[in-house]
Amino acid sequence: MASDAQVPAKRFINLERLVRPALAVLVAAFVLWRLWDVVMVQKAYGGDTWVRFAISGLILGGVYAVIALGYTLVYGILFMINFAHGDVMMLGAFAGYFTLEAFKSTGVLDASLFSGILAVVAAFAVGMGSASLIAVNLERIAYRPLRTAPRLVPLISAIGASLVLQNAAQLMFGAARHTYANPAILDRNAGWQVMISGKPVLVSYTGVLTFVMSILLMVGLYVLVQRTKIGKAMRAVAEDKQAAALMGIDVNRVISSTFVISGALAGAAGVMWGLHMGIIYHYVGFLPGIKAFTAAVLGGIGNIPGAMLGGIALGVMEALGPAVLGLPFQLKDVLAFSILVLVLIFRPTGLLGEVLARKKA
Amino acid sequence: MAMLEVRGVHTYYGNIHALKGVSLYVAKGEVVALIGGNGAGKTTLLNTISGILKPREGTIWLEGERCDSVPPHDIVRMGIAQCPEGRRVFSRMSVRENLEMGAYIRADREGIERDIEHVYDLFPVLRERRKQVSGTLSGGEQQMLAMGRALMASPRIILLDEPSMGLAPMLVETIFDIVREINQRGTTVLLVEQNARMALTVAHRGYVIETGNIALEGPAAELLENPRVKEIYLGENPAPPA
Ligand SMILES: Nc1ncnc2c1ncn2[C@@H]1O[C@H](COP(=O)(O)OP(=O)(O)OP(=O)(O)O)[C@@H](O)[C@H]1O
Ligand SMILES: [Mg+2]
Repeated sequence: MASDAQVPAKRFINLERLVRPALAVLVAAFVLWRLWDVVMVQKAYGGDTWVRFAISGLILGGVYAVIALGYTLVYGILFMINFAHGDVMMLGAFAGYFTLEAFKSTGVLDASLFSGILAVVAAFAVGMGSASLIAVNLERIAYRPLRTAPRLVPLISAIGASLVLQNAAQLMFGAARHTYANPAILDRNAGWQVMISGKPVLVSYTGVLTFVMSILLMVGLYVLVQRTKIGKAMRAVAEDKQAAALMGIDVNRVISSTFVISGALAGAAGVMWGLHMGIIYHYVGFLPGIKAFTAAVLGGIGNIPGAMLGGIALGVMEALGPAVLGLPFQLKDVLAFSILVLVLIFRPTGLLGEVLARKKA
Repeated sequence: MAMLEVRGVHTYYGNIHALKGVSLYVAKGEVVALIGGNGAGKTTLLNTISGILKPREGTIWLEGERCDSVPPHDIVRMGIAQCPEGRRVFSRMSVRENLEMGAYIRADREGIERDIEHVYDLFPVLRERRKQVSGTLSGGEQQMLAMGRALMASPRIILLDEPSMGLAPMLVETIFDIVREINQRGTTVLLVEQNARMALTVAHRGYVIETGNIALEGPAAELLENPRVKEIYLGENPAPPA
């Protein structure tokens, strides 16, 4: 039996050895040819347009990275994909939305520079806080009872939880699109003008806020995980739950803390999304959620620097990709998912995922 | 009153009856050896004491306080630390971080720093490697780290699960010397071993466990002379018939 099973496996590997590099060369050649064609032959876009693409890619990438961290943290500890993570982000966005609405309806949103800043800070605080709460309860209700079940079971539960959250949001807030009430100091159309090859490029305030906030959250998370007691406990639990328990670590509490952190990151991403993109609705978490999942896989799921790198890389590729490849811009989502498929084929461990892969082998 | 007392404990894995009414005690200041073959139930007993497994019957007491059905993280707080079978160091964390994890239940920073130095004095190689990721340590170094990590909880009693497993003879000597030293510094020790000779040389008393039952018990020196122990666990041929 054993030897019978080995023969086809060997043949498959040989075929794979030929096919994979051939595919890789084809993909690379196509990308290079398109790049040369678009940049050197057609000269379709001026320098200002490229810069505009790059800026929007970095902003989007920062948001993806922050969401991707939530996927990777949870995966690192529970080895499951929290498919409801995007919906936690959506609910965080709504919490921020209602905070700003409260400021607006009491008339203090634009009363002064200070009250504008306060409104934004409050939106982030409420958005992150509510998303944390939702994430913690999500784990308690939907994942903890299934902790010892086969790995597919909590995955299905996560998809169910995602549907529940989306529909709950639709029931509570309606299916209409809601426009974020930014304070005047964070007007979505305002920003700094930069001259690139003789043409003005707008660097919006909300974009800069989003990018800076993303970087701060990433640095903060990194320091938390590397330096603090709870961060170290999270790493210990991620490696070996039983050994961690033997150290006196309350494993359930650490898992809850992980969901608090991942929820807070999702909530922050939701508020950034609302402030920068302007429009939210009950389904707004789906695309960013699944893109961030792609980013986490691209960077190596379970790997924290990987999620950061993967998020930024995906944002930039998505923004520059259609132009580089000469594709219609509507296809940028297709591009992101093609990247997911390519990563899964050529490098399932992601860019920085070797450690995890070696550990599991 | 005994430091640790196990009374009539039955532990199951599903339908598998792994401990069939085990009773033993460890007095304060003692080293007690628990010897037995593969699958006898030694690890099961330690994990039942540590709260990882719940006994279906029987009770466990730590200095008069009942501690079965206490969750594992609170067992450590009560003063029972375990150095698990197969080391199980946190391989992606540094040596020092592993020691910090051992002291997770403590908040006395100065005490922790002092005890980390203690562990480094006990195992000087760990001081050299303190910044190294522990997955890259040798097996022997990982064993020392695992023992040091368990000591960092400053437990009343330490449970050691086969600390000599897979180590070269020289290192085995060192490990047992350190068990003796740990004990002389005031920590009570329950030592699980397959290396019966070394374990019984270090221990004051011993128990022999066979398929979930305590088969023999007594002072270590007596067990070393017991013909059955000699034959099965010390690998000596029975005395030739006269
Ligand atoms: N997780 C488990 N599920 C089912 N049965 C188990 C499990 N762990 C141990 N057992 C069984 O319980 C019995 C006792 O195992 P245990 O690990 O306690 O033995 P041990 O004395 O520590 O052996 P060793 O010296 O090989 O470590 C064995 O028959 C074993 O097969
Ligand atoms: Mg064992």
